Amino acid sequence: MTTPRSELLAGIKAELPIALGVMPSGLIYGVLALAAGIPPAVAQAMSAIVFAGSAQLIGVQLIGAGTVTAVLWFTTAIVNLRHMLYSASLAPHVRTLPARWRWLLAYLLTDEAYAMTILHYQDTQTAATHKHWYFLGAGITLWTCWQSSTAVGIFLGAQVPASWSLDFTLALTFLGLITPSLAKRPHLAAAIAAGLVAVLTNAWPYKLGLMAAALTGILIGMWVEVRA
Amino acid sequence: MNLWIAIIGMGIITYAIRLVLLLLLERVQLPAVVQRSLAYVPTAVLSAIVFPILLQPNGTLDLSLGNARLLAGLVAAVVAWRSKNVLWTIGIGMIVLWLLQAWLS
Repeated sequence: MTTPRSELLAGIKAELPIALGVMPSGLIYGVLALAAGIPPAVAQAMSAIVFAGSAQLIGVQLIGAGTVTAVLWFTTAIVNLRHMLYSASLAPHVRTLPARWRWLLAYLLTDEAYAMTILHYQDTQTAATHKHWYFLGAGITLWTCWQSSTAVGIFLGAQVPASWSLDFTLALTFLGLITPSLAKRPHLAAAIAAGLVAVLTNAWPYKLGLMAAALTGILIGMWVEVRA
Repeated sequence: MNLWIAIIGMGIITYAIRLVLLLLLERVQLPAVVQRSLAYVPTAVLSAIVFPILLQPNGTLDLSLGNARLLAGLVAAVVAWRSKNVLWTIGIGMIVLWLLQAWLS
């Protein structure tokens, strides 16, 4: 039997390692934002208003270079387009929730919260009743770690030495999440196809290669599923 | 002032992208083929993020034994496969990376 409380705590617990893994990026964002000439209060507000790591990192680079606002906004849309795929995949699970829940969960829908939450929704072993509390727990955990690491980066200007390679924890977290699913052949095919296209398109601007890779992986996965 | 407008605009765009399908899909039922495709979104997107980190640590393809991130990633994938545990995957992956970096330098 799950309760809202047990699901909330499970979401927090599951998200914690991955949320700690984004803290180096938050630190780097804080340092870069100040370097781009953004005042500390505005830089912190941006983490709360935008709450999207890669869009913020690219955004401060563009602001620092004096880019016109229209280009900044267009880039933000392109970089974050993948979130539309996430919300499409979560929508069937949250469709019966009151609208205020969906307004709140949309704000918390990041790569890292999505990664943990969708796996929990797809796990048919556990009761589906309170899974939006798990989503909330994962989202709040990531939000808290992102805001606090941003603050540390901004106000202390602290910089973890690059030699620690803490950014690698992000890749390791994702490896830990996807590897068990690769026992299914369509998923294995989807992973290899998406990975190879991502490598080939890595030089494309604005993370467009990531979109191309994800779409290729999805199509290949479905193709293998149909053939099997 | 312009900076605030720029950032609030970024926030509205990001939020709208995340929100619109969560609200609309209540009324619009996705075609079955699209629903099936969504099962592959996590695997495909996460793989697309991980592969370049392992294979192109400096922006160009590096399949040599000197690529510490690739070797640490392969070890971590084996750990993930056997343990199905994210914390073990991160812990052992980072230790292997640090050992390789110390040894290669």
